Amino acid sequence: MSLNSPYLRKPTSVTRVMAEVLLALVPAIAVYAWFFGVGILVQITLATAAAIAFEAGFLKLRGRPIGRSLADLSAVVTAWLIALAFPSIGPWWLVVAATAFAIVVAKHLYGGLGQNPFNPAMVAYAVMIVAFPALMSQWPGAGHLDSAAQLELIFGGARSVDAITAATPLDAMRTGLRAEGSSVQALLQGEGFGNFAGHGWEWIAVAFLIGGLYLLARRIITWHIPAAYLGTLAILATIASFTAPQSYPGAVFSLFSGAAMLGAFFILTDPVSGATTPRGKLIYAAGAALITWIIRHFGAFPDGVAFATLLMNLCVPLIDMKTQPPVFGHKTRN
Amino acid sequence: MNLKHLREIAHAGIWKSNTGLVQLLGLCPILAVSTNLINGISLGLATAVVMAISGAVVAALRTLIPYEIRIPVFILIIAALVTVLDLAFNAYLHSLYLVLGIFVPLIVTNCIVLARVEAFAAKNGPLSSAVDGFAMGAGLVWLLALLGGMRELIGTGHLFNGIDMIIPSAQPLRVLPEAYPGFLVAILPPGAFISLACLIAGKSWLDARAAKRAAQARPAAEQPASA
Repeated sequence: MSLNSPYLRKPTSVTRVMAEVLLALVPAIAVYAWFFGVGILVQITLATAAAIAFEAGFLKLRGRPIGRSLADLSAVVTAWLIALAFPSIGPWWLVVAATAFAIVVAKHLYGGLGQNPFNPAMVAYAVMIVAFPALMSQWPGAGHLDSAAQLELIFGGARSVDAITAATPLDAMRTGLRAEGSSVQALLQGEGFGNFAGHGWEWIAVAFLIGGLYLLARRIITWHIPAAYLGTLAILATIASFTAPQSYPGAVFSLFSGAAMLGAFFILTDPVSGATTPRGKLIYAAGAALITWIIRHFGAFPDGVAFATLLMNLCVPLIDMKTQPPVFGHKTRN
Repeated sequence: MNLKHLREIAHAGIWKSNTGLVQLLGLCPILAVSTNLINGISLGLATAVVMAISGAVVAALRTLIPYEIRIPVFILIIAALVTVLDLAFNAYLHSLYLVLGIFVPLIVTNCIVLARVEAFAAKNGPLSSAVDGFAMGAGLVWLLALLGGMRELIGTGHLFNGIDMIIPSAQPLRVLPEAYPGFLVAILPPGAFISLACLIAGKSWLDARAAKRAAQARPAAEQPASA
């Protein structure tokens, strides 16, 4: 299947695009494993195996060619995004059930690749955080757990993890700020925070940024969505932290915490569920940034990227319709 | 009024024109109350009783009701029946009444009840109207039971939560092992939509399969006749 117009010199296939996306995720996964241990690698393996199994099974049920659709690697990208968005010490069935939901309900029930209005990985995240809020908020602290303990948590049955899990930097910041007399500056000095955001997490975000820049350089994605998303988030954070420096972290913390980088370069840029016109992409990403920021600071969930993505996915048909650029040679309205 | 005719009415109510699966009427109570088996069956039975009696009453009075003001009259009859039922629930099954809450009085506004009265009872005799009302209600009962049971089982691993509201000594049944974490989404509103959609798809699939089998059986049956 070709993604661009005929007679372009560089042939682009879905498989190649997806392979480049997977390649761009590798640095972040390596950094993740370096700081937090083997958990993430196990989760990625589980998610990939589940994605391939459910994709193959459902393609067979639908009577579609299995080999060609599996080879496009889109299910693997969904699986990797789910594994990266989920806590790496969650029980094995959590990520498997999430992948099943993403592939079967969010992708194939809507018609398969190219037809899904919502980003499958984010649907899976939203379903699981509503269904299992406790499990979805048990994250490892950097360097707290050795490999054996992580495997025990993933494959073992009973969990008594309150003592060993840590809050994500976003959660720690939010709950910390609710305490009397606390301030952003004091919290950033405390445990769990690193040079400019969460300890360990900040370097994963940097790796996502590097991977995203690679995708930009390879022209897999355009600049509109990452720039508008990160720009809007930075502006909102800067305004808030100027008006109330005690209670709102600044732009750098906001950009390098949670799933902001992952969302900006890998999730919102999904060519199926995201906006497609250049102006539309700007509106879509800016809206997602606004919703992310609101959920982070005034909502109850650990991060807002998933819900922001889903809500803006819902607006994409309208955005695309209203931002259709004039056909070459036609006059614009003014 | 022969038996075959009544059977057809019953079949339409319970399966072919099922209120929840085919007509998609009265979805508000279906989605809101089907969080467990007991709630589902209770509200389904209450609705079925109201539908059967209102069908019979309206059919008996249909020649006396002026056509122009039939809707207010129908609503008055249904409202009177629902009030009786509401008071009975409050008196004899008080804890269940507290759970079902507003949905018992809201049976008045349930579009299934008015739809059957308007579409069927206003044009047919009391007996077939009563059968139609009860069959439509029975279709609702099994749908609510299935939907409620599904959501309860997936959401909590139990069945018959709240049975002590009806039989004081009875205990809920734990179907899935103790370690089952409970897929909370099934109990929340999205679970209602997803479960109902699965049931609708299931019915369409069964119907399509039955139609295919009938189509396959017919040529085989016709061949000897034509030969």
